[in-house]
Amino acid sequence: MAYAAGVDVGSTQTKAIIIDEARNIVGRALVDTGANVIRAAEDTYNAALRENDIEEREVEYVVGTGYGRYRVTFGNTQVTEISCHGRGAVHMFPETRTVLDMGGQDTKAIKVTPEGEISDFCMNDKCAAGTGRFLGAAAAALGMPLSELGPVSLRSEKPTKISTTCTVFAESEVLAWIGKGKKIEDILWGVHMSIASRSVALMRRVGIEDQVTFSGGVSLNEGMVKALEERLEKKLNISAESHYMGALGAALFAHDHVVAGRAPTRQGTGVSA
Amino acid sequence: MTITAGIDVGSTYTKVVLQDDTESILAKASAPTGFRLRETAIDTYERALAEAGLRRDDVDYVIATGIGRHQVDFKNTLVTDLTAASRGAVQLFAGTRTILDIGGQTMKATRIDDTSKVISFRLNDKCAAGTGAFLEKTARYMGYSVEEIGPLMSTSKEPVPISGVCAVFAESEVINHLSLGTAPADIMQGAIESLTGRAVQLMKRAGLTPEYTLIGGILRFQTMGRSVGEALEAEVNVPDPEMVQFVAALGCAILGHRRLAKIRAEVGVPA
Repeated sequence: MAYAAGVDVGSTQTKAIIIDEARNIVGRALVDTGANVIRAAEDTYNAALRENDIEEREVEYVVGTGYGRYRVTFGNTQVTEISCHGRGAVHMFPETRTVLDMGGQDTKAIKVTPEGEISDFCMNDKCAAGTGRFLGAAAAALGMPLSELGPVSLRSEKPTKISTTCTVFAESEVLAWIGKGKKIEDILWGVHMSIASRSVALMRRVGIEDQVTFSGGVSLNEGMVKALEERLEKKLNISAESHYMGALGAALFAHDHVVAGRAPTRQGTGVSA
Repeated sequence: MTITAGIDVGSTYTKVVLQDDTESILAKASAPTGFRLRETAIDTYERALAEAGLRRDDVDYVIATGIGRHQVDFKNTLVTDLTAASRGAVQLFAGTRTILDIGGQTMKATRIDDTSKVISFRLNDKCAAGTGAFLEKTARYMGYSVEEIGPLMSTSKEPVPISGVCAVFAESEVINHLSLGTAPADIMQGAIESLTGRAVQLMKRAGLTPEYTLIGGILRFQTMGRSVGEALEAEVNVPDPEMVQFVAALGCAILGHRRLAKIRAEVGVPA
């Protein structure tokens, strides 16, 4: 069997996907990126291989993506995460025309063609407002794990409006609202709505076309999904694999190489069992 | 003797100044504002009173300013931060025409005329990059507390550029520099220079008229004043380190005396 793999080294988490010749996912893994980026890429890749006991030599091509894509030392080539998210989203939801990718530190709106090619994109560049970091700041201010933010926000009955734009000031605003006796769920819903507003503004810059697929780690947060759907007034495509969209796209690019039979010999990582 | 109080409830610190009619400061007190603005204002006021050996009844007039000025229950009146800071700056440096005030979450540039009236001003509004929060975050990313910033920077030899566009994203920049072996002092000094760039831009937008007076908690770090002076290529006035945070509160106390004199003149009470 000839497998293809994609490794997405994100600012916060590293994801790996392995697909078979029929482009079915046969291995996946996720590890916190941490300080040693090269190690994170290797560990994630090896964990994905282990899921179905795939030997490293059975993988014919590896594509690295994400901000740390050049640290995927065992990768055959690199593809930008924008291309990978677009490709992965169209593979998973063929009707996708707009992709919103929300990661730990950046948010991207991507417009794709029916073939999964990028026709336009827009990203937050200089400012952390409207990114996953905003949620991270709220979680830190409230002393809550990130995974609880979404579910708690959905309990809100009287939403609090978060008026600050800057993530740093939002942290203070959250604490100020607590000081004034607002309920945590109401504050959190306000935080989600604030991020949703900024993301929708970003998407408008590339044009929002049906269907919209939501990818990246924040897509696992059901509060964020609901806030975005409310702001967009439409349903989003989301799957359990949304978190792996970039890695999946990378694996699909790797698969192209396998099919084209252009795969050169690769060096092993030397760390796999 | 007439005694007035100025209370400046800032985004990060609450400052109180008590002043008598000979224009000498009787007591100063400050405390982190926190999230209970009303209580912090009372506690800080009480501490200043205790330091001066006074009771609340001894104070004739109280003026509040700062972002939390509306939460001060015991005030007689309130003024804006710009008015308070201008008055305080002119008291310390009579020739002041442009004031730069850098606080924990704000940066303000104010231009005044020769009667201390505000002609124009500019504020940072949406972003922490040009405020004390930026320095605090930078220090925290490196494991230093706010108190350690000053001593740290004094050892800087060769500052590295910090882009200063986002206080959150500065974290990755700081980590990159640390991993390249850059000394924390040089990173901190780089952050000061990035803040300086923002400050000078803001001052230019408000209009540059000498003399320049720099105030606010960040000016406790003496390299900040020097850095802004160099960027402006001009002499800058900076109050003593123990006074820089209290300029707006001082302005309130002075305005209190004026207000009181006016009221007394109107109703015919001898001063």
